[in-house]
Amino acid sequence: MSPVNYLYLAALLFAIGATGVLIRRNAIVVFMCIELMLNACNLTLVTFSRMHGNLDGQIIAFFTMVVAAAEVVVGLAIIVSLFRSRHSASVDDASLMKL
Amino acid sequence: MENLIALLVAAPLLGAAVLLCGGRRLDRGGHWIGTLLAVVSFAVGVLLFTDMLGKDPEHRAMHQALFSWIPVEGFQADVAFQLDQLSMTFVLLITGVGSLIHVYSIGYMEHDERRRRFFGYLNLFLAAMLLLVIADNYLLLYVGWEGVGLASYLLIGFWQHKPSAATAAKKAFLVNRVGDMGLSIAIMLMFTTFGTFAFGPVLESTSETSEGMLTAIGLMLLLAACGKSAQVPLQSWLGDAMEGPTPVSALIHAATMVTAGVYLITRSGAIFNGAPDAQLAVVIVGAVTLLFGAIVGCAKDDIKKALAGSTMSQIGYMILAAGLGPIGYAFAIMHLVTHGFFKAGLFLGAGSVMHGMNDEVDMRKYGGLRKYMPVTFVTFGLGYLAIIGFPGLSGFWSKDKIIEAAFAYDDGIRGWIFGGVALLGAGITAFYMTRVMIMTFFGEKRWQPDAEGNEPHPHESPRSMTIPMIVLAFGSVFAGGLFSLNESFVKWLEPVTQFEHPHPVISVPAITASTVVVLLLGAALAYVMYGRKEVPVTAPRGSLLTRAARRDLLQDDFNHVVLVRGGEHLTRSLVYVDHTMVDGAVNGTAAGFGGLSGRLRKVQNGFARSYAVSMFGGTAILIAATLLMRAV
Repeated sequence: MSPVNYLYLAALLFAIGATGVLIRRNAIVVFMCIELMLNACNLTLVTFSRMHGNLDGQIIAFFTMVVAAAEVVVGLAIIVSLFRSRHSASVDDASLMKL
Repeated sequence: MENLIALLVAAPLLGAAVLLCGGRRLDRGGHWIGTLLAVVSFAVGVLLFTDMLGKDPEHRAMHQALFSWIPVEGFQADVAFQLDQLSMTFVLLITGVGSLIHVYSIGYMEHDERRRRFFGYLNLFLAAMLLLVIADNYLLLYVGWEGVGLASYLLIGFWQHKPSAATAAKKAFLVNRVGDMGLSIAIMLMFTTFGTFAFGPVLESTSETSEGMLTAIGLMLLLAACGKSAQVPLQSWLGDAMEGPTPVSALIHAATMVTAGVYLITRSGAIFNGAPDAQLAVVIVGAVTLLFGAIVGCAKDDIKKALAGSTMSQIGYMILAAGLGPIGYAFAIMHLVTHGFFKAGLFLGAGSVMHGMNDEVDMRKYGGLRKYMPVTFVTFGLGYLAIIGFPGLSGFWSKDKIIEAAFAYDDGIRGWIFGGVALLGAGITAFYMTRVMIMTFFGEKRWQPDAEGNEPHPHESPRSMTIPMIVLAFGSVFAGGLFSLNESFVKWLEPVTQFEHPHPVISVPAITASTVVVLLLGAALAYVMYGRKEVPVTAPRGSLLTRAARRDLLQDDFNHVVLVRGGEHLTRSLVYVDHTMVDGAVNGTAAGFGGLSGRLRKVQNGFARSYAVSMFGGTAILIAATLLMRAV
């Protein structure tokens, strides 16, 4: 199977993730969509790594996973504290940062 | 010897510094310091003069380079002095008359508690005036030019508690500023044309310069001369300048500073010789002013203002002569020197009269003073005879030469016009001076007790005042004759100013005779009008011309209507333009940006998802652009 198919899959996953970020209101879902996009990127990196025959892309994918894990910790904490104070997990409710 | 030149300026400058910074402990003896330093300067001048006399006439000019003032690549301004015959004449006049007036002021200012300051200012004036005449370049001359303006301002407003004196000082300063603009523009033009300010290179290279440029420089120099020398149209300050103490009027506003314009034109002779149009302008200004001043002098009842009108008129003669070119320069300077003697003498006489009359200046309240002040009467009388050009006295020798030279201008119709004006001026001079003389010293006493019942007790002034008057009277009588002996004065100045014999349109004896006839007519008319009849204590209404002349021929009204009102309109329209257009543009831009940012602000709506859209869109555009660039 040609590795290019993995790139198509990655593009599809990224598009789904981006659409989710843009249209969903629930913070948890938005968050998961972001993770989806990150993983789509990881898949691309790994595919290119395979196609070009070196390991750089795979190593970067590991870094991405570590950063994503750290981001999940912080992001979930923010969502939890936001839910506690506003009793809602909707990103549109948290729109205080405007003039 | 050359190294002494700087001392001419340094001595009075030191005096000014000591007196003005010394504080009250110098109050008691300060005037002696000031006088001593003026005399030192005079002594140095005499020393240099005797040295100069011993040299060959062509090599009499002395130079002293002191230091480089602004040493910049392509712009060299030096503090250097040049003492030639022309400068020497001025140095002797300034320090000589200056010293006499310092002595006179000791008596005149005796009861003034700010006498030390007065002497400090006088010394400052001497230093600036000497700097003006011995500078060897136009930039340093400008320093002196501004310096005398400052000293003049300080001294006119010396009695600053009087609002009239403070206003007069301001007026003199402002009007002079207009002239100073002319001088600074002339100096800038010189620098762009010749690349230097020094007299030598500038005046030697005029033959290679276009006439248009020389005319422009000449007209700007004329404007400068008009300001400083109170010539039409910048004449209005001189009458008001009489608010200053009388010694100041004698020294600055009669003998020396107001003649700086004549010096400037004579010094720049090479420029004017190459610009006949500028010369014609100079002659016209001189001719108009000599009539203007004379007419004003006829109508004034204030003795000092009458003399101020006369000063204006006599300087008009000098400017006229200086505009005639090489036939007139020497006579302009000669008249300047003799005028320095007799006009200073007349002013000191007027000061002496005022001193004895409780500072009354209205001649209608004098009368018959010859019995009370014999010395003042005789010295003033000799000055009077000199100024009207009575044969044999100083004014006769110098003024007659100017009239001759005026008749020789261009040997055609111009000679007749300007010669005729100069001749007419001589007649009017005789009229108004006779009027002053009769109203002050002859007739019956007309003074009365003032509101508090103090009747003036006219008395002769102290010796410190009469001695300078006597010395100046000697100058008024003999200087002109001495200068004319073998044409010694003309020969003395010839290496600097050049000289050509004038060839008048009518013969010289005829001119001399008509001058004498005209002056006798003028004097006789004044005698008929003021000597034969009782002089009324309150001025009669007078003819239209008299009333106009009392108001200085409406010069202030003219300035007010044209310049002040005009200026107000101009500023008002400028303010309007400023408010509507300049402010409008600025405020409009600000309002536009405000509105725009108000709209842009709405983009920041706080919705995380809309930010995400912009990020996403931006990234998409970036990627698309990158790909597009790669494809191309």
